[in-house]
Amino acid sequence: MLEVRTLSKRFGGLRAVKDVSLDVPAGSITALIGPNGAGKTTTFAMIAGFIMPDSGSVRFAGTDVTRWRPDRIAALGMVRTFQITQPFAGLSVAENIRVGAFLRHHDVAEAEARARDVGTRLGLGPMLDRPAAALTVAGRKRLEVARALATEPRLLLLDEVMAGLNPSEVNEIVALIRQVRDGGVTILLIEHIMQAVAALAETAHVLAEGALIASGTPRQIAADPAVVEAYLGHGAAERMARHG
Amino acid sequence: MISLSILEAGLVNGLLTGGVYALVALGLTLIYGVLHIVNFAHGSLLMIAMFGGWMLVSWAHLDPYAALPLMVVIMFVIGWGLYAGVIGRISGGDDRRILLATLGVAIVLDNLALVLFTGDTRTIETPYQFAVVEAGPLLLSVPKLISFGVAIVLALLLWAFMALTDTGRAIRAVAREPDGARLVGIRPGRIFALSYGIGIACLGAAGCLLLPSFYVSPQVGNVFVLTAFTIVVLGGMGSFPGAVVGGLLIGVTESLGGLFLGESLGPIGISLVFILVLLFRPTGLFRAAR
Amino acid sequence: MLRYWPILAVVAALLPFASSSQFLVNLAMLTAFSALLGQGWNIACGFGGLTSFGHAVFFGIGAYAVAIMQTRFGINPWLGLPAAAILGAAAGAVLGAAAFRAGLRGSYFALVTLAFAEVFRILANSLDITKGGLGILIPLHPSLPNFQFADRRGAYALVLVLLAVAMGIAAWLRRSRFGARLVAVRENEDAAAALGIPLVRTKTQALALSGAVTATAGVLYAQMFLYVDPNIAFGAERSVEMLLVAMIGGAGTVWGPVLGAIVLHLIQDTARMLIDTPGFAPMLYGAILLAIIAFLPNGIAGLRLPRRRSAREEVRRA
Repeated sequence: MLEVRTLSKRFGGLRAVKDVSLDVPAGSITALIGPNGAGKTTTFAMIAGFIMPDSGSVRFAGTDVTRWRPDRIAALGMVRTFQITQPFAGLSVAENIRVGAFLRHHDVAEAEARARDVGTRLGLGPMLDRPAAALTVAGRKRLEVARALATEPRLLLLDEVMAGLNPSEVNEIVALIRQVRDGGVTILLIEHIMQAVAALAETAHVLAEGALIASGTPRQIAADPAVVEAYLGHGAAERMARHG
Repeated sequence: MISLSILEAGLVNGLLTGGVYALVALGLTLIYGVLHIVNFAHGSLLMIAMFGGWMLVSWAHLDPYAALPLMVVIMFVIGWGLYAGVIGRISGGDDRRILLATLGVAIVLDNLALVLFTGDTRTIETPYQFAVVEAGPLLLSVPKLISFGVAIVLALLLWAFMALTDTGRAIRAVAREPDGARLVGIRPGRIFALSYGIGIACLGAAGCLLLPSFYVSPQVGNVFVLTAFTIVVLGGMGSFPGAVVGGLLIGVTESLGGLFLGESLGPIGISLVFILVLLFRPTGLFRAAR
Repeated sequence: MLRYWPILAVVAALLPFASSSQFLVNLAMLTAFSALLGQGWNIACGFGGLTSFGHAVFFGIGAYAVAIMQTRFGINPWLGLPAAAILGAAAGAVLGAAAFRAGLRGSYFALVTLAFAEVFRILANSLDITKGGLGILIPLHPSLPNFQFADRRGAYALVLVLLAVAMGIAAWLRRSRFGARLVAVRENEDAAAALGIPLVRTKTQALALSGAVTATAGVLYAQMFLYVDPNIAFGAERSVEMLLVAMIGGAGTVWGPVLGAIVLHLIQDTARMLIDTPGFAPMLYGAILLAIIAFLPNGIAGLRLPRRRSAREEVRRA
């Protein structure tokens, strides 16, 4: 569904992302993990068209979408959410979701019905007519997902939808993401927390200092010394082996 | 055709005017660099400074250059008060509201001047008003030369203040990273008001420097406001050297525009430069000095 | 009571037709005309958040277009009306495409609109076709086919019709897909783009629509006062008037510009009775703008919203 090849980006002298390549098979849940500042969000932004890559390519559903504008990529069926949630603060929750629904539905009543349906499915039912600004952090994360889902994407890019949530909220959103995938939407998600990913993703790619350092099942990755080093610092794997 | 000496005269005249423009633009660019707001009240505050200078000259019989330090202090206080009391307070940090708030201030000031002083244009008289010095083939206006010199000296002083004093460093720290500055104990709110005050104090000086060669009226700010924006955009929003070089360039553009295109079409040069820079090089010639 | 106020407004707007007082008709006409101007600005700037400080450019294009067409080429001003609207839309499209493609927003967009209007003002001041600073006088031939009205009530009726059309467009923006997506762009550009909304195209279309409406106001002005000059047409005061009317009344609402126009004209006439000094009334407008920004960011129309929303919620809870 998604093929990313040798994607790179520099900011000034800093190489934020170096030659990142990864595949997201149709129908899968794939994760991109890594410590803070590893370049996950930059990679995401390049895939979704928000930042122009310096080199490399992105193919989505057989089409080369490198350097496309975000709205064209969204229209083709790849939609992202934002780590720092970006609600349309002056609008109600239902109106927020409706903006997404308008991508595929030109009829206002149809889009409205679709938005309320998606919102209700994501547990925002009681909040639909409240202003988006009144939502809690967890509510805003749901709104991000709901809005993106309302565009009826084929591939959903979720940027740290679990950050800042408490454990029970994380469980809820994990169930929600599974449900979305079972509905036929392929998912690529960025996470900082490895545990959350382990429960969810079939494949995970680990990014550290802008480069991919490991790929595999979450179980394989958790056992990879390079990954442990990246998360816990130099020499950590060795120390853990000695003490464990 | 236009002869070489007229061209030279136009060039030098433009440069001299450009020095004062640079001072106006320095204030604007300082405010933008620190607060990230385009101060639409800039022209109106320059007008207030010019009226202030005009009052000191014609009522208190001060020389315009002697009135300058006084006007710098007065305008600093006005600027500080305006930010602390009005613009900073009502805008809640929202860009659109700040933008509209500075416009609101401009509307109030322009019309306040109209109420107080009527729409008449006023000038001052000085003994050296029409004095000229010969420089090779050129005749240079003495007040313009003085104004140019003072403007450049003040620009250097401002630069030294920003580079060498603790307060200047604090201002630059806030411009670069307001959150970081807060962590090391700088209060951004005070720095914002201070920067706005200093930016407006530049207008106090520029107003007095313009007086000997320019008229004053409630609308006079509009003459300069677009010019000042053009300079700042051309030089790069927030850039000090950009404001100075931009000021000189625009002074020359205006002078040559008037020469080649005539009185009524001449000013179009500046507006066109402005639009073209905005569309094709919005970062300006110089990157903002951060 | 509050629910019926649009009906009251319509009745109030129609009252001057029953009166023979030229003063009343004139006041109503000028108020409706300001509301039309405000609505023109509001379409792009209120709904789309494209803060323009140079909307006079569209007004001036409309006014000069109709004036030049009839004085130079003998084209009937009724034909000038749609032609001016098309020109206004084209100017909006060109300005929008250039500015938005270059990524100008916020202050930068406000600056470029200001400069754009200034370029037109200087051109009108220097070109032969606009008769430079002299301006263009349209010969007086009052008759309906000439788009000139001996009775002010005729002009007023026409202002009302165009205002109704402009408000219809605003109402459509509140209900339509285009309007919803435009508001989304205003609220958050990144999120809007992520949801598949083409930013440049949406904003450019809004500016073109707004340009068309504002240009028709320019046509009305030219036909009512039979005179246009560079400052009347492209001056900063005109741009500011539009912005004030919409901001004070309530940007991004259907009735905001009407409320804003009424407030502005009430203040203007009251101020004139109290202190008849040039500048006094505009100074009050500026102060009111500051007060609105501080206390009522959604304008006077914003006052009603919380009440209505809570009412709706109560219904839902019950």
